[in-house]
Amino acid sequence: MTTAPTTDRRPIALDFPRLLTGSGPGYDEHLRTLGPLPDHRGLIEEVERSGLTGRGGAGFPTARKLSAMTPRGVVIANGSEGEPLSAKDEWLLRQRPHLVIDGMLATARATDAKQLHLVVGPASEAAARQAVGERRDARGIEVTVTQERFVSGEASAVVHLLTSGDALPTDHTVRLTTRGLRRKPTLVQNVETLAHIGVIARFGAAAFRSVGHPADPGTRLFSITGDVQHPGVTEAEGGTPLRSVIGVASPRSVAGVLVGGYHGTWVGREALERPLALPTMPGAIPAGAGILMVIGEGTCGVRTTAEIAEYLAAESAGQCGPCVNGLPALAELVARLAHGDRNHGLVGEVERMLTLVDGRGACHHPDGTARIVRSAMRTFAADIEAHRHGHCLAAR
Amino acid sequence: MSESLHIDWTRCRGRGVCVELMAGLRRDEWGYPVVVGGGSDLPIAPGEREAAEDAVALCPLLALSFRPSSAA
Ligand SMILES: Cc1cc2nc3c(=O)[nH]c(=O)nc-3n(C[C@H](O)[C@H](O)[C@H](O)COP(=O)(O)O)c2cc1C
Ligand code: SF4
Ligand code: SF4
Repeated sequence: MTTAPTTDRRPIALDFPRLLTGSGPGYDEHLRTLGPLPDHRGLIEEVERSGLTGRGGAGFPTARKLSAMTPRGVVIANGSEGEPLSAKDEWLLRQRPHLVIDGMLATARATDAKQLHLVVGPASEAAARQAVGERRDARGIEVTVTQERFVSGEASAVVHLLTSGDALPTDHTVRLTTRGLRRKPTLVQNVETLAHIGVIARFGAAAFRSVGHPADPGTRLFSITGDVQHPGVTEAEGGTPLRSVIGVASPRSVAGVLVGGYHGTWVGREALERPLALPTMPGAIPAGAGILMVIGEGTCGVRTTAEIAEYLAAESAGQCGPCVNGLPALAELVARLAHGDRNHGLVGEVERMLTLVDGRGACHHPDGTARIVRSAMRTFAADIEAHRHGHCLAAR
Repeated sequence: MSESLHIDWTRCRGRGVCVELMAGLRRDEWGYPVVVGGGSDLPIAPGEREAAEDAVALCPLLALSFRPSSAA
């Protein structure tokens, strides 16, 4: 049985190990298990056939981004993991760094990129530097540590970090693959996406697709937190029902699950049989960056959302007026819902504020904040109604 | 190709003339322009091109620019 320990999280058993099977953290062990990285011809076509999509949250087809690159560009591995509920990228960087490096090298070769950057959170710095130092073919990889801020992992913020030292999103009207770091074509890819490329470069698209669902092939890493007995990182096939993914973390009871993290979607108990996958799969709950936060019957979803909204408002990078003004106003309204404000117009006021912040920022932070609040209004409608009448359904 | 007027929110400080120049913009409670259809890009209606050019030229913070409507 393979286990996936993360810092200060207890290990949990794996249903389906692939990225998580024994190939690291040391380079010797990696080579012993997987052999050297082949000099893969036609990697972009192979990635295309694999159906791999980005694991940083947006689920964009990876091959399309690779094909958009022109020669002499930049490959950036995004291990920023600004989302506090996420643990998978740190786990990968500390336990399987050589799979990520394999993915970076194979991608750089396939796109004829000349510069390689590995951006990591402070907790993964030592592991990342050690891994890069262990192999000759990784000498061109520059490791940069990002700031711990929710939005620091947004693609333009990662590029900005490398030019200015500050991980702040910028307004970009053209794609980064067209004009990115110092105006060069730039590919920003989540570290898990790159680890999957490392697997595809070795074993091919068919092997990648041999598990998962045709509409969501391969595996995904999930970070499971909240009211569970064994929080941690697990790996599951694309299209696995929510119930079996959270099952490995042993939740005591389930009142709701936040899927996709602080920018994600709340679902209720009735969604437990739905598959976690790309939004294009019928009936799926969008897996996003694989974050699952479980709340048990004693936890109020509205209160939890109010706390998250307050956190997200404070994490605005302070650059865009509608985000700076709108997110605190929205958080304040959600707090009133949580604390049993009986004002009849409150729900309507929340809805008005949601439309006022949605899509009005240089990055998707306002949109993501609107998404979680909107899903809370839907999923916890009965709780909101109870609050208005002075009760809380979660209180025992 | 159809074009949009793009607002760079990192530059915009609100309370500008753009809202008076473009029919598709109004002002929110903090003074920032609101695109009537939502988002950060106002599709430029036929006959509004000149007004849009004025808005771009008159924005003191260079927060407005033209971009093709299809771009993400
Ligand atoms: C506010 C915000 C924060 C983000 N944080 C991260 C992050 O920490 N790590 C990450 O890989 N992607 C993050 N993303 C997504 C990136 O912008 C980008 O889509 C991703 O790194 C692309 O890689 P992928 O295609 O492999 O997923 C964030 C996006 C937003 C809007
Ligand atoms: S939308 Fe908010 S978080 Fe994003 S760049 Fe603007 S101020 Fe920063
Ligand atoms: S004129 Fe420029 S700075 Fe002023 S509100 Fe309009 S876009 Fe913003």
